[in-house]
Amino acid sequence: MDSGIFHTTYEKDMALRRTPAQKVRLVLLIAFLLVFPFLANRYYLTLANQVAIAVIGAVGLNILTGYTGQISLGQGGFMAVGAYSAGILTARLGMPWWGSTIAACFITALIGTFFGIPSLRLKGLYLAIATLAAQEIIIWVVTHWRALTGGVDALVVPDPVSFGIRINSDFNFYWVAWSIVGIVTIAAVNLFRTPYGRAFIAIRDQDIAASVMGVDLFKYKLLAFAISSFLVGLAGALTAHYRNIVTWERFTIDISVLYLAMIIIGGLGSITGSYLGATFITLLPAVLTNLGRALKSTFPAIDSVLPFIQQATFGLVIILFLIFEPEGLNKIWKNIKDYFRLWPFSY
Amino acid sequence: MQRGFLNQLNSSTLKPGETQLKIDDVQLNFGGVTALLDVSLEVRQSEILAIIGPNGAGKTSLLNCISGLYRPQHGRITYYNGEAHELTRLKPHQIARLGIARSFQNIELFRHMTVLDNLLAGAHIHMKTNLLSCLLYWGPAQREHLQYRRFVEDIIDLLEIEAIRYNTVGSLSYGLQKRVEMGRALAMRPSILLLDEPMAGMNAEEKEDMARFILDITEEHGVTIVLIEHDMGVIMDISDRIAVLNFGQKIAEGTPDEIRQNPLVIEAYLGEETSVFPFKFHPKTETSD
Repeated sequence: MDSGIFHTTYEKDMALRRTPAQKVRLVLLIAFLLVFPFLANRYYLTLANQVAIAVIGAVGLNILTGYTGQISLGQGGFMAVGAYSAGILTARLGMPWWGSTIAACFITALIGTFFGIPSLRLKGLYLAIATLAAQEIIIWVVTHWRALTGGVDALVVPDPVSFGIRINSDFNFYWVAWSIVGIVTIAAVNLFRTPYGRAFIAIRDQDIAASVMGVDLFKYKLLAFAISSFLVGLAGALTAHYRNIVTWERFTIDISVLYLAMIIIGGLGSITGSYLGATFITLLPAVLTNLGRALKSTFPAIDSVLPFIQQATFGLVIILFLIFEPEGLNKIWKNIKDYFRLWPFSY
Repeated sequence: MQRGFLNQLNSSTLKPGETQLKIDDVQLNFGGVTALLDVSLEVRQSEILAIIGPNGAGKTSLLNCISGLYRPQHGRITYYNGEAHELTRLKPHQIARLGIARSFQNIELFRHMTVLDNLLAGAHIHMKTNLLSCLLYWGPAQREHLQYRRFVEDIIDLLEIEAIRYNTVGSLSYGLQKRVEMGRALAMRPSILLLDEPMAGMNAEEKEDMARFILDITEEHGVTIVLIEHDMGVIMDISDRIAVLNFGQKIAEGTPDEIRQNPLVIEAYLGEETSVFPFKFHPKTETSD
């Protein structure tokens, strides 16, 4: 029996997946993602696609808020920038979906960086208020600049087409969305084992010490905003192409709070946490609805109060997490892994 | 005895004894409070210079001026590494890039990172891979990561923290955190290392270890060390020169033996007429040197 895992080269020691168990888990996850669309019906595919978009958005927000420590309430606004950029470029200028998506990412990164400038002076709650202003300004512009965005009317985006295949079904979009999730995950994980990511974490943990270590706070805070907004814009652009319709109601302050809830419940400063949090928050309403339906036959009265129960449960879950596991789902996942790593010797 | 190190920890090109840092008439005020008054001091390559003085004498303020966290109202701080750099106009990260590293009085490590990542973060200024390469963890990024991993392993060996390299810093004991913080500063490959009370709150054994590491760093790598410390025994044993601050002014400078016999220093430490100290400058200290 092994007494531990010992690496003999630095390469092996620095690999992301260092143990056989980690490799097995990764293979299982990928296998599941590959098989899932063939087994699931349309309802579950819709959920899977929503989760994919939420994961990208949550990873983006986590890079900024969880890793760099810059609280952002502008998530909804930045997603709106991504969605409207992609929508306008495709619907009005006839750009292919992938072109408009990439362009949308860069546009959002630029606008995110602009709204990140206050972070050089403001910290914590003060910065949160500044990003809240970004959220409101963006939504105001979107609803009032009728010539560009169509104002409060919905913007209709044609179906994306890739290699001659029209991506109009959930099944087709699943492959697009989850491939992008894969790329985003690899990039994000790599970011945090290289100097850029370390500088971000350093700014979060001790910004003065970071500056004395040679980290240019100005540059790296703006860079964090840029990278984060890039991914958030990507999530927004995918929403536009997935829904075929862009409306400002989808990007209000509620969305900003929802995404903050995702990364808090998932685990701040953790990529796995972003996955878990995004999945949890996206699936929770669906689970509650199904539960309500199941109970309807026994308690007919539940139908009218179901929406309230949903919201209350949502709030309750967040409060319970903050009390019992402030480090989020990621910590619970870690505890489970640790338990089985030592099993059956629990000491 | 010369230990084999793969990597040079010292980035300075000056010869031992040459002037490396020159502080001229630095004055620092916080509102009406004068923290430093006309302080002049010279730091020479490869020496251990200790700055001592009672609490509130301005020792940490002086270090903060050097590393750019405070901007003095008056005076110049010039750093030489082949050419002269005026530090008072530079930002902290620019000063760091010149090779001035420091540790803090209250540990300011990156608490949620492992010891290894803290040390790698310390080497930040030397890592030059571009963002795209980092995101792909491809070619240059991977090679650089590997190269600096080897480099920080040297520091891990030097400071004898092999056993804790994967530990999260926040979970370590105070003494070990201090050691890691010094390691992080060392990972910058500094030409001057500013240590703010590296032995505060340690027991005798930990202090001995720390003193040994500090001596190793200067003797084997030639890194200049500017040190603030309260433990007189350690100071007298390891430092080449000592500067004494009292109420923001330098009252003495010299070798440990000279300082030991200096009447102004004795007075400042033994505290004759201590009752007037907290409120006004002591009249006698204004005569300086």
